Amino acid sequence: MHAPDGFIDVPVSAAAGVLAAGAIAVSLRGARRELDERTAPLAGLVAAFVFAAQMLNFPVAGGTSGHLLGGALAAILVGPYTGILCVSVVLLMQAVLFADGGLTALGVNITTMAITTAVVAYPLFRGLVTVLPRTRRSVTVASFVAALVSVPASAVVFTLLYAIGGTTDVSIGKVAAAMVGVHLLIGLGEAVITALTVGAVVAVRPDLVHGARGLRPKLKLRVDGELVDAPDAPEPAPAPARSRRKVWVTGLVTSLVLAGFVSFYASADPDGLEKVAGDHGIDKKAEEHTIADSPLADYGVKDVDNARLSGALAGVTGVGVTVVAGTAVFWVVVRGRRTDRDADTTTHDDSNV
Amino acid sequence: MGAGHAHRLYRHGHSPVHALPPHTKLAAVLAFVVVVVSTPREAMWAFAAYAGLLALVAYAARVPPGFLLRRLLIEVPFVAFAALLPFVARGERVDVLGLSLSVDGLWGAWNVLAKGTLGVAASVLLAATTELREVLLGLQRLRLPPLLVQIASFMVRYGDVVTDEMRRMRIARESRGFEARGVRHWGVLAKSAGALFIRSYERGERVHLAMVSRGYAGSMPVIDEVTASRAQWCRALALPSAAFVVCLLGWTV
Repeated sequence: MHAPDGFIDVPVSAAAGVLAAGAIAVSLRGARRELDERTAPLAGLVAAFVFAAQMLNFPVAGGTSGHLLGGALAAILVGPYTGILCVSVVLLMQAVLFADGGLTALGVNITTMAITTAVVAYPLFRGLVTVLPRTRRSVTVASFVAALVSVPASAVVFTLLYAIGGTTDVSIGKVAAAMVGVHLLIGLGEAVITALTVGAVVAVRPDLVHGARGLRPKLKLRVDGELVDAPDAPEPAPAPARSRRKVWVTGLVTSLVLAGFVSFYASADPDGLEKVAGDHGIDKKAEEHTIADSPLADYGVKDVDNARLSGALAGVTGVGVTVVAGTAVFWVVVRGRRTDRDADTTTHDDSNV
Repeated sequence: MGAGHAHRLYRHGHSPVHALPPHTKLAAVLAFVVVVVSTPREAMWAFAAYAGLLALVAYAARVPPGFLLRRLLIEVPFVAFAALLPFVARGERVDVLGLSLSVDGLWGAWNVLAKGTLGVAASVLLAATTELREVLLGLQRLRLPPLLVQIASFMVRYGDVVTDEMRRMRIARESRGFEARGVRHWGVLAKSAGALFIRSYERGERVHLAMVSRGYAGSMPVIDEVTASRAQWCRALALPSAAFVVCLLGWTV
């Protein structure tokens, strides 16, 4: 659903535009990583595909028909960054050439239809593919679920934008119910089509499905009538590791300064979402968080009376805990990967003998 | 290839509006739409003035009213949505023909209708007077990232090719007696979409190789740099400036 001009007020449209521009800048870099210098022709052709696929009509019943939105499909097939770029370019050209969706609403449309769908669908898809057994069927199932969730998620983001910058005073509950209700149905159709399409591509060219690249079966060699795993091609030597210490220290110092010092001056007013929730009485039902009694509840330290000092202490403690937890997770992941690689090399040595 | 290298919305002509450099037109349309959107909705006469300004532009561009009105049909879905607003919005109610409507909802519907229609009309005029290639050049001149412009240019360049491929697949399906009637046939259609993706992607790879063999190194050569003189900028920006005056009046009066 392409939002027209005048649907969302100017400040929120502008904010969404800034968000969309930032996301596109990140995606341009990410797409270069995904496709290197082939980015322009490949992303262009995929954008043309998304554009054409949106014209493919899927009859539902009684003369009605639906069509693909394509956000989740593009993210799964060519990767999240390229996917965002392709759908954004399609939206841009639709707004400029076909007057489909307002020019001032372009940021809103890109945020809801390109960014949200990719950001929701791709991690979900990857997560499911890693958890499920490594078969073609699980790729299909994962793309079904990813597309199913991505469409209502995009409706929810649109409702949020409408809640902040809508030009008409409609009860947000009603908008949310209508949008999410309708988009659950649309999402079901989108999910079926996306799953079938990804399934069709995986059946013919599994290497083209970006989200399922790890699933390629290993090359087998028949040696003396027995199937043996072929040794992997030697990995290119890793580039000499640059010292990350400087980056790390700068980041830590910045976070500490922000958390401990700058937070003095942060606004004490509730943020936009809390305000909307308060105005509409949504937050009346919100229960206090289960850790509301914890020593750091509500960004302050218990038993420290000076409000500023308490906030700063809480901030610094928060940064410390985050850094420790993050480092621990990172360390575990890296170690896991290393042991995997070691195990691989040993088996290869065996098979080579 | 025989159909002319222009999109369906373009209307060939030699009017003063056609002759303006594309980036001035893009900037003018964007500024105009921003001005329209920031006008208070209570100033109904201001929207009539905007419509008058657009009609002047259409007259100068020799775009017939029928053409413009037919293109405006694209916004029918929003009209349906706008028609719903008076029934669901909150606040003070007013009785019209026995129906209880919300005042704020009526204003909201008017707001979406007026601003949406003006936005669509401005975009349609832009598309009708600017060739595809010019639009891309204009976007490039307006400092859109070059990679994004390249992607867009490949999209429009191969959009017709990919659409034609899809049409041929449909003809192939139909000539084998296939007719999509319901959900049960989605599998076949989705397989077509999958095949279309593979063909598009492989075409992209071939296009890239062809470009590399002709010396492509990541950026396209710009051979037709578009420039605009001060007079052309003035002419293009006359529309948003006039609209801005109307907008200011709308806020003060």
